[in-house]
Amino acid sequence: MTDQNSFDVLRRDPRAERIIRNRLHPLHDTYINTGAGGELTEVRGPSGLLRKNPHNVGFIGPNGIKRIDRLKGNAAASGKGRRSSAAQETLLPLHQVENPDFYVVVVPDMVGGRLTGQDKDVIGQAHKLAAGIEGNGAVLAVCFGQSKEEHFDTAGVDRLLLLDDEGYEGYCPEQRLAALVQVESAYKPPFWLFPDSVDGGSDLGSRLAARIGERPAAQAWQVNNQTSICRGAAGTIDITRTTPRLLLLAQECADQIDETRHEALPVELGSVPTVIAKLQDQGQVAVDPNAISLAEAEFILAAGNGIHNWDQFHTAASVLGATEGASRVAVDDGFMPRVRQVGATGTWVTARVYLAVGISGAIQHMQGIGQCDKVIAINTDAGCDMVKRAALSTIGDSQEILDELMKLVQQFRTQQSEGGDQDAA
Amino acid sequence: MQPKQSIAATDKDVKIVSLISVGKHPQSGRVRRADQDSRAVELGMKLLDTGDSTRGDSLVVLHAGDPKEPGLRGYAGMGLNSVRVLELDPAADAVAPLGEYLQQFAPDIVLTGVRAEGGESSGMVPYQLAEKLGWPIVPRVADIISVEAGVAEVLQALPRGQRRSLKIRLPFIASIDSAAQDARQSAYGPASRAMMDIEVVDSSTDQLRESWSEAPAKKRPKRLKVIKAKTAAERFKAATAKSQGEGGKVMQNESAAEQAQAIFDLLLEEGVLR
Repeated sequence: MTDQNSFDVLRRDPRAERIIRNRLHPLHDTYINTGAGGELTEVRGPSGLLRKNPHNVGFIGPNGIKRIDRLKGNAAASGKGRRSSAAQETLLPLHQVENPDFYVVVVPDMVGGRLTGQDKDVIGQAHKLAAGIEGNGAVLAVCFGQSKEEHFDTAGVDRLLLLDDEGYEGYCPEQRLAALVQVESAYKPPFWLFPDSVDGGSDLGSRLAARIGERPAAQAWQVNNQTSICRGAAGTIDITRTTPRLLLLAQECADQIDETRHEALPVELGSVPTVIAKLQDQGQVAVDPNAISLAEAEFILAAGNGIHNWDQFHTAASVLGATEGASRVAVDDGFMPRVRQVGATGTWVTARVYLAVGISGAIQHMQGIGQCDKVIAINTDAGCDMVKRAALSTIGDSQEILDELMKLVQQFRTQQSEGGDQDAA
Repeated sequence: MQPKQSIAATDKDVKIVSLISVGKHPQSGRVRRADQDSRAVELGMKLLDTGDSTRGDSLVVLHAGDPKEPGLRGYAGMGLNSVRVLELDPAADAVAPLGEYLQQFAPDIVLTGVRAEGGESSGMVPYQLAEKLGWPIVPRVADIISVEAGVAEVLQALPRGQRRSLKIRLPFIASIDSAAQDARQSAYGPASRAMMDIEVVDSSTDQLRESWSEAPAKKRPKRLKVIKAKTAAERFKAATAKSQGEGGKVMQNESAAEQAQAIFDLLLEEGVLR
């Protein structure tokens, strides 16, 4: 830290600056005449005029471009110093809760092992509710399964209970419920918050509510410590009621935490009894990816103007198990049906992974993929907008890359079937 | 998913109860048969359809509430001989009498919708019944594939059009998702001919609910993008800057095999390859 600062802080030498300004100073030559090659930049000509060697002026900047410092070292350096300090990442203030009096428990969905937007909204709501109770409370997040989330701290998690044993993998609501009942008896939280989502939050929350005999507020969208407003009758009425202990919260119920950093300290839970599951998870069933509507597909392989071998593209989509999408050009040229068009005039997609092959990324197309998490681009142009948006871009011939990719996937599939690993995912 | 699948013949007949509620059209607000509940009835009828018309009575369609509701006739018009109704006050709690009835009747499969189209619509009824009866519950079922030797194989609807296969021992409760097969058309004649098999039951009034106030749903405010800039320069940047991704990895000079490997690794990490 200190070393970096010594580089960052600009040390001015007023004497040197003064000498550089004063052309008549006896030491002026030694300060000014240090060009790139060590040769003199300014020489007195035979007639007594000052001659400059333009090739020796300036220096090579950080981007490899020649820069001429016309302010003689007075301003440029100081500007550089300011810019570097602005680029420094500001560390958010740490919100610490030592020896919390109570815990507000949040059970996020963790789709794909990461907090969803709704999960973060719910955590924000938990902080609002905790602030409304006397004493210092902490927000405890109970997460099931393998976690890939790295930003529990900025999402607002004070305490983290990570249950990632094998028993919690897959669909095991009964085992998860047993763990939540254990949390209930260990912490006696004043509020239980679940996202009211189809990703499992609604299911788990309803199970816990039935088990502990609470009447939950479902689809709650405006909650404070006294009253909450919920959507009822399939979203056609608003029910205003006193806030119960267990809440199933709608999307955008509260603002996410964005001004503080939290500790996300791991906590331990005593041993949870193993439940004999009445539900047996047989794993996910293969679904025809093209039967899924484009708007809700999870994995899309999209083709644009850069595709020439359409047969190969369709094979690739079926090998990868991806839903097919297309840019407007591909649809206009008649290679794909109109229902497959992604973008402002087509479908706005919500895929988690969007693999764009030969799509440079018109702004209308980028609007359509605005909600996608991970974009992968295969393109020949490294400067196109899609490459700027993508998390991973490969520059090269799409046909070759798709060929190699299909080989890898086929290899992976044969390995999987040999290993007898039936219920992957 | 073939359109017609029936239960493989087992030694004992499977008793199925389908719970129905009065629906409300989301736009017009007109009373109708509830979408998910009618899908549940459809699934029950499909499961028990053996082509033998004498055996049509094992599907019991059950409603708790007012038997004079016109919405119930919509279900009857699907070809039911009768609709069983536990008559109780509309303000009363339906879970207790339903639980008692199911305990006595002891069906093998109870089908419900995920959420009602009127009232609180919290979707808690199947869960509370399951808790009361001590049965397992499967939420959001798209299809019941088979019931054999006391074990049912169920397809559960997941988000993004995915399906999960579950095995479950009878008896159980299943809530039927909108992804299940569409309900058959309801015909007026059979609807008016069907019998309402009424049983009057007692239930306590839902006290808690009387303290709530209901209003037509307000449009929710759209979340604004709040710019928390401290300096003018930051504000200017936030207002003008084109939001660019954080800039991912660009592979330019690698061979096609290496590039494909990188894509493959990312797909595997995201878990989209199945």
